[in-house]
Amino acid sequence: MVMAASETKFHVLAVDDTLIDRKLIEKLLKTSSYQVTAVDSGTKALEFLGLNNNDHHDVEVNLIITDYCMPGMTGYDLLRKIKESSSFKDIPVVTMSSDNIPSRINRCLEDGAEEFFLKPVQLSDVNKLRPHLMKRRTQTNVNKRKSMDEIVSPDRARARYNELEVK
Amino acid sequence: MDLIQLQRQLVDYRTSLYHEGFLDEQFTQLQSLQDENNPDFVVEVVSLFFEDSERLLNELSKALEQQIIDFKRMDAQVHQLKGSSSSIGAHRVQKLCIVFRNYCEVHNVEGCLKCLQQVKHEYGIIKTKLESMFQLEQQILNAGGSIPV
Repeated sequence: MVMAASETKFHVLAVDDTLIDRKLIEKLLKTSSYQVTAVDSGTKALEFLGLNNNDHHDVEVNLIITDYCMPGMTGYDLLRKIKESSSFKDIPVVTMSSDNIPSRINRCLEDGAEEFFLKPVQLSDVNKLRPHLMKRRTQTNVNKRKSMDEIVSPDRARARYNELEVK
Repeated sequence: MDLIQLQRQLVDYRTSLYHEGFLDEQFTQLQSLQDENNPDFVVEVVSLFFEDSERLLNELSKALEQQIIDFKRMDAQVHQLKGSSSSIGAHRVQKLCIVFRNYCEVHNVEGCLKCLQQVKHEYGIIKTKLESMFQLEQQILNAGGSIPV
């Protein structure tokens, strides 16, 4: 059964190595009625998604928002890993940074980030996420509806069968 | 002092912090995120900023005392301080961090030392001012009043 879009909250995975910024982004997202999971590294983000093991992932994440400058795996590295994964490449990714470096911003956007937010992130930035989430949900619903239409109804099948009998 | 006077004092104090450039609109954003579900949100975030800043300022002091100065590491630390001060709207501290980073980039020890002193000074001021503001807010709440927006 296809669930109405209003019934389930979107689940956002937030990635940032600084505690203050994690707290902030979590509050911003919760204020906008998103369900939030916040982790402090790209590695933990991948673990959460289930990318590091080959287990079937049963966690549904609708969007990933990640800081750019992080020790170890940067937000850009994370973006690339997500986009190169067959299971997760369709999850919209948003990157953020406190540094305004055009080449960095362009690289992220060119390599698949939907948006690039400059920190400190504001509520007006978080409002920009909804269209990306709604688009995915609409696409998913359309795909589900399509596949349901393709299931031939018993009556139609009977009609065809009858047609075949006529030579 | 009665409740009305306390509330007026708070509003005036807050306004002055903005006018004198100690705080910028990011602090207003923080306040707007506070609600009944998270009544201590601002205090919590600012406390994290205090902890972070003190740790980083200590590390920067130590770094500049070394025989061989690790400018790259210092730059990363100043970047962190810049980030957290910007996240709470501590405007003067943030601006000084930008200058500090420039000195790190060109390996200017004198410049770094001077900046560190300035950042410590500004940090001390904003810490005192925010603590005073929180104290005023608590007095208002204790007197049964609400914090004016």
